[in-house]
Amino acid sequence: MTTTVPDVLDALTGVRDPELDQNLVELGFVTDVQVDGPVVAVRLRLPTYFCAPNFAFLMVADARRAVEGLAGVDVARIALEDHFTAGEINEAVGRDATFTEAFPGEARGELDDLRALFRRKALTARQGRLCDGLLAAGRSEEDLIAMRLDGLPAGPDADRCRELRHELGYAAGPGAPAFVLADGAPLTAGEFARFLRFARLVARSLDGNAHLCRGLLKTRYDLTDHEEVAA
Amino acid sequence: MYEKDGEQFFVVDGHTHFWDARPENRNKWGEGFIACFYDYHRNLSPPEYVWPKEKYDRYTEEDMVHDLFEIGYDDIAIMQPTYLTDFFPNGFNTTEQDAEVAAKYPGRFIVNGAFDPRDGERGLDELRRLKDTYAIQGVKLYTAEWKGDSRGWKLSDPEARPYFELCEELGIKNIHVHKGPTIWPLNRDAFDVHDVDHAATEFPNLNFIVEHCGLPRLEDFCWIGTQEPNVYAGLAVVMPFIHSRPKYFGQVVGELLYWLGEDRILFGSDYAIWQPKWLIEKFVDFQIPEDYQSELGEISVEQKKKILGLNAAKLYDIEVPAGMEIPAEREQVAIGSEPVAPA
Repeated sequence: MTTTVPDVLDALTGVRDPELDQNLVELGFVTDVQVDGPVVAVRLRLPTYFCAPNFAFLMVADARRAVEGLAGVDVARIALEDHFTAGEINEAVGRDATFTEAFPGEARGELDDLRALFRRKALTARQGRLCDGLLAAGRSEEDLIAMRLDGLPAGPDADRCRELRHELGYAAGPGAPAFVLADGAPLTAGEFARFLRFARLVARSLDGNAHLCRGLLKTRYDLTDHEEVAA
Repeated sequence: MYEKDGEQFFVVDGHTHFWDARPENRNKWGEGFIACFYDYHRNLSPPEYVWPKEKYDRYTEEDMVHDLFEIGYDDIAIMQPTYLTDFFPNGFNTTEQDAEVAAKYPGRFIVNGAFDPRDGERGLDELRRLKDTYAIQGVKLYTAEWKGDSRGWKLSDPEARPYFELCEELGIKNIHVHKGPTIWPLNRDAFDVHDVDHAATEFPNLNFIVEHCGLPRLEDFCWIGTQEPNVYAGLAVVMPFIHSRPKYFGQVVGELLYWLGEDRILFGSDYAIWQPKWLIEKFVDFQIPEDYQSELGEISVEQKKKILGLNAAKLYDIEVPAGMEIPAEREQVAIGSEPVAPA
């Protein structure tokens, strides 16, 4: 079976910018995919020269893992371009090195905590959107507190909540509470108002950041709206 | 001063620069830095306010005075230095360069200094010198600044403590904090603002103005703002969204009013990234979008007056012209700042 460019792009939709909780393809970060038998080359770009190296490293490493997970792919060469640490990151990911190995002396640990922190933020934001949707549809606060995960309206927010809870090690089965605090504890009635206020704030923050990143990418590479979406 | 519909707005522009990013004063990182700044400028300005890159690298003193005071409605502009000498050998924007311009326009500029705890004893002496020479009332701290092998620092570093103590001693009470994309250790979130929480608790007599209100970490910043009464939101970088994405701007301002309240938000153009003229005109006309008013409320003329100048005037002991002040008893506590358990 031969891997095709659409297969690779499809795999890359499973890789997210951890800070924005959106995938690399929809963000326009993937500029080129070349398939040469079992060897795949992917080029990536970011909105600024100085985007944080830790998130950049995660995206490059995750991209390699996702593409090499495809049947028929032996090697994925991921090249981050136009970034101040592109050399360090590409070289390290290419030889399967860790973040601390990529930046000797500059990091005190790996990126698991950072990733978990942003998964918690993403979960909070998605839950805020789900709550608002349910309240707008006439459900009460009590309904939401009592709701189980299998009661969430089907859609990308619910899917992503399950996925994030699974990744964070929180209860993610159909009978688990639909809404949890950032630490995974079930949301209680007394906490609801504050939770919702804060969840909306987090959602606005992530949406705003994503908008800024898209805008800067567009400006940096003189993209039209069409290119921005199709890239 | 800006006037609209019979209302007068005293304007203190809390964040302005006079920088030198010409090719002869920058290395490859400096080039990347100013290119990134230029993209912010191009991306978020109305087209008629976009400059050619050459002008953006180094605009003149006359450009600045014209844009801020002659057409830009600023009454007072606070100059915030950003040294970045690892990127720009003569400095991107130093206290000395700012002070030279400020001296020519008495009463128009307030010059802030800067410090970097990684400079140790020498840095403390330098801070004393800045106070003696320029009578600074504030400093701007850029925690992502590179220094040799170091990629940044945090306000909670033990090395920072003697600097804050010296600020208290010398009466340098306004600490402007600016986060950037790198920091040591590199595995941590570089934009994290929790170190501000730490410093604000330790030094309750200092005011911590967090520039671009913690963006891209608005949620963390608002949370800290509810805990620490001496933490303020600087609107630099947030302001231009009023043009490119007014709904988002409305949400951010609404959130800040809710979590911090109208007395702890400060206008800043971040000139020359953006110009005060259009920011102020649009802000005075601005209202929180109707879709969000039931949740976030409306913004009043009085609140706009505080944000545009009166709040900063209080922090910097600036005399507000007669008739433009607001009585102190009208101060409010933010709803979001009432003591409650963490979300």
